[in-house]
Amino acid sequence: MPIAREDVAHLARLARLALADDELDHLAAQLDQIITAVARVQEVAADGIPPTSHSVPMQNVFRDDVTEPCLPAEAVLAAAPAAEQQRFRVPRILAEE
Amino acid sequence: MDSGIVRMSAADLAAGIAAGDLSAAEVTEAHLGRIEAVEDRVHSFLHVSAEQARRAAQAVDAQRAAGEPLGPLAGVPLALKDVFTTMDMPTTCGSAILDGWRPPYDATITRRLREAGVVLLGKTNMDEFAMGSSTENSAFGPSRNPWDLARVPGGSSGGSAAAVAGFEAPLGVGTDTGGSIRQPAAVCGLVGGKPTYGATSRYGLVAFASSLDTPGPLARTVLDAALLHEVMAGHDPRDSTSVDSPVPPVVAAARQADISGLTVGIVPELSGEGYQPGVLARFAEAVELLESLGAKLMEVSCPHFTYGLAAYYLIAPSECSSNLARFDAMRFGLRCGDDGTRSAEEVMSLTRESGFGAEVKRRIMLGTYALSSGYYDAYYGKAQQVRTLITRDFQAAFEQVDVLVSPTTPTTAFPIGERVDDPMAMYLADLCTIPANLSGNPALSVPCGLSPDDGLPVGLQIMAPVLADDRLYRVAAALEAALDRRRGYPLLDDAKGLA
Amino acid sequence: MTGTVSAASGPSAAVEKGAAVTGLVPFGDAVSRYDPVIGLETHVELGTATKMFCGCPAVFGGDPNTHVCPVCLGLPGSLPVANRVAIEYTIRIGLALNCQIASWCRFARKNYFYPDMPKNFQISQYDEPLCVDGWLDVTIDDPGAEGGSRAIRVGIERVHLEEDTGKSLHVGGTTGRIHGADYSLVDYNRAGIPLVEIVTKPVDGTGELAPAAARAYVTELRDLLRSLEVSDVRMEEGSLRCDVNTSLSPRGSGVWGTRTETKNVNSLRSVERAVRHEIERQAAVLDSGERVVLQTRHFHEDTGTTTAGRGKEEAQDYRYFPEPDLLPIAPSSQWVDAIRAGLPELPAARRARLMGEWAVSAREFMDIRNAGAVDAVAATVAAGASAAEARKWWLNELVRRANEAGADVADLPISPAAVARVAELVKAGTLSDKLARQVIDGVLAGEGTPDEVVAARGLAVVSDEGALLTAVDAAIAANPDVAEKVRGGKIAAAGALVGAVMKATRGQADATRVRELILDRLRA
Repeated sequence: MPIAREDVAHLARLARLALADDELDHLAAQLDQIITAVARVQEVAADGIPPTSHSVPMQNVFRDDVTEPCLPAEAVLAAAPAAEQQRFRVPRILAEE
Repeated sequence: MDSGIVRMSAADLAAGIAAGDLSAAEVTEAHLGRIEAVEDRVHSFLHVSAEQARRAAQAVDAQRAAGEPLGPLAGVPLALKDVFTTMDMPTTCGSAILDGWRPPYDATITRRLREAGVVLLGKTNMDEFAMGSSTENSAFGPSRNPWDLARVPGGSSGGSAAAVAGFEAPLGVGTDTGGSIRQPAAVCGLVGGKPTYGATSRYGLVAFASSLDTPGPLARTVLDAALLHEVMAGHDPRDSTSVDSPVPPVVAAARQADISGLTVGIVPELSGEGYQPGVLARFAEAVELLESLGAKLMEVSCPHFTYGLAAYYLIAPSECSSNLARFDAMRFGLRCGDDGTRSAEEVMSLTRESGFGAEVKRRIMLGTYALSSGYYDAYYGKAQQVRTLITRDFQAAFEQVDVLVSPTTPTTAFPIGERVDDPMAMYLADLCTIPANLSGNPALSVPCGLSPDDGLPVGLQIMAPVLADDRLYRVAAALEAALDRRRGYPLLDDAKGLA
Repeated sequence: MTGTVSAASGPSAAVEKGAAVTGLVPFGDAVSRYDPVIGLETHVELGTATKMFCGCPAVFGGDPNTHVCPVCLGLPGSLPVANRVAIEYTIRIGLALNCQIASWCRFARKNYFYPDMPKNFQISQYDEPLCVDGWLDVTIDDPGAEGGSRAIRVGIERVHLEEDTGKSLHVGGTTGRIHGADYSLVDYNRAGIPLVEIVTKPVDGTGELAPAAARAYVTELRDLLRSLEVSDVRMEEGSLRCDVNTSLSPRGSGVWGTRTETKNVNSLRSVERAVRHEIERQAAVLDSGERVVLQTRHFHEDTGTTTAGRGKEEAQDYRYFPEPDLLPIAPSSQWVDAIRAGLPELPAARRARLMGEWAVSAREFMDIRNAGAVDAVAATVAAGASAAEARKWWLNELVRRANEAGADVADLPISPAAVARVAELVKAGTLSDKLARQVIDGVLAGEGTPDEVVAARGLAVVSDEGALLTAVDAAIAANPDVAEKVRGGKIAAAGALVGAVMKATRGQADATRVRELILDRLRA
């Protein structure tokens, strides 16, 4: 199933990328090519094969509920593009989740 | 500056400093001088921290003068990939979106290196967020291969590899997600190791693909790589996926260098069509050499390895699409288009559009696609099953053999610009290295000579069972010793790019 | 939204159409024709010492951005490590809700961009929650039912663990709300606090009691969580937050309608009002022939109404996948058994026990519970009062004062031990009920213990018969005509004499005894 330009636009919105029009066209073609290639995974006979999400066969790795030092306040905001009242200043938020 | 110092191995430098024959300060000065001399041609570094390096070296000299014990690499300079956080240096990951970012914390690897007395010379160039095989995806321009400045040094840890091959540092640290240590090592004539997944901490390593990313050493000799491996590895409670078991005896294995009685498996799936003839020729000779050193050879099929590339290019982009979501212009890094009228969503989208390069955007889009509802099972789910099958291939193979070998990469270093507009061709550079990332097995690339067709280095990849990293060094050291004996001088003496 | 966004024409058109119906159907009318189906998603901030995935303190408030580190700020390179106690608390909640505990489960990433979420994904659980398939029995006030109440069993779909987000302050504009704001200021102190989500199965068949059922469930859940000591469950501080799903099914149709999800309903009363309003609103939409739109709605405390948020049909694709930075959780049966063994007596069992011990009916117990006085009464009984005395003082006296003060009865500045002492003094005859109320006034005013108040105010009952008889004789002498009426058999007239004696003793006499003495004197 080829990747349409609208699909790329939808993905770009999900991924928060304001792609330019020519980029949309270019990426649609490239993604189509790559997806066709990686779709090879569907050829594998994998019935009943469990998925691997972690290559280390470990589980139950936990931390004790003990406090550790926080970052100093000035370090927290040092890299902020904008700050006010000891908080991160961000542009207006459009929609509530 | 004494060019002799910059050509010394890390092991010899450390021994000289420990014995008082060399000072850490003069070793650091020599390397800073070399950087000064060649950096405009190689462009290995994104940031050189000369002052901090001098202070660190002086601290080692003071420690020695006070009679305090020194670590095995104390005073040895190192080139750190710019993907590890450093409190006293910027961390950019080769991306414009992080240009100038100074993290408020050190990565565990950074901290371990400092604590070992290793002198950090600076941060090295890389493909943006470790996505690439050439360093051409760096927002700050490509690094160049010291063997031939018109060619790539590989990637994504190409800056670290170029620095070590160009004698700017005896040691480099890289990260390997699909081959990003082994492939640059191969094309620069270096030793590059990807430890068992989880053996080296990822805390403070800016994530590309969390379930694959593995920090590891780059060096000019097998012993140097082993020494660095030992300093880097070990359990880290800040990384849930960190392996809580003793570090395998890699340094002892590198010193042992004896492979008599070892069974070496050759993977037929990692050979043949699409491989450069010169690469295959050198690989075949190296395998014969291993046999002559007492190893038993055996062909072992790993049928699912051929699906590795496809599975990798679903899993890695999926994880990256999520990992890179935090680069959103809200808390740190670049912010574009915030003119007081635009919404947060618009500012995020504009910043990410201009702050990320083409390859990063391509992979974010690919991963967003693979994870989206309706496609997950057909792509991501299937890729995770392939991962299981590849792991089983490894397990079955290691029931018959002690290690597996293959070429590290199908071709030698390619010319800068050759593959930038052809992502699929670029992705092929990782064909042989990807299976070990998907399964978590340790693997290492060791030079096996120069390709007869272009005179450029060829790497041999060794793969071992999980947590048997020592076997990599044992085989690599044996091969290195035999090749050095036959040649009569170090391989890198043939690197003429900076001559 | 930027230029690359393609408008989804169908759903947004439907949103417009549905929004056109603004009327309400009166509640009684609505539930006579439609059966409500409700569901609740409750978020509970756990009371662990540290956050879910880092060692920052998990406490409410604090100066902005002072309880943060690279992990909960989502800085590049940072990694999460799961808090063992948070997992134990979640299992404890699951067990108390009669759930099955997963033998193996994972965290997943829920991907969506929002400025208060540092990584732009939330570590949550998706198709592999820690606890599934349980229930909670709740009792609803039902004046029409036998005993005045009705018991229902609410099914629990799942209990899972995730991390909280930061908090935004919206600046500029006129409302202080998100809409119309010029920009926002974000504090990440709350980001990463462990959050348990408890999701019910759909609850149907409660009819007109649906709003009360929703409230009763949240009340019961809050009491349960409090008894488990896993959270301070303060709705006003946001450590317990509810999303309420409501749909309507035409009576007898058996077909469930489209649901709406009302977000962040943050008091018990609001839970009830939100369900009620949605029933009235959806009935009006259905009556007008439109369809209810699957959507998120927001509840407004001031008006008791809900308004539409973003339409769900064009909502996010969360792209869940297993969190690669965290390993699976596989609670051993020994671990789960140990947690089970450590469970306290749960509220339902405790209530049954107390009802028996106090010898009260379900109705009477419900009154104590509705008054929020169960713990106070229990503690007063433990301090030596009888159950009847304890109930009498708390329900008749202290609840009224709490209401006057606009406070919770449990927050009044009087201890159960003090109430028990007051009851003891009344029982001993030292205080009359009237004097006892004055003692309580004194204690509440901070004048000390009941005994200190009695001493300081000189409030003991006048029990010296000689002094009383003097006062009685004086009253009779001062009111000869009243005395004559009583002698003539008009016993009721004695009240005026009792009043005169009480006035003379400044209320410190026992009125019953005074009456007896007056009648004795006039009969003689």
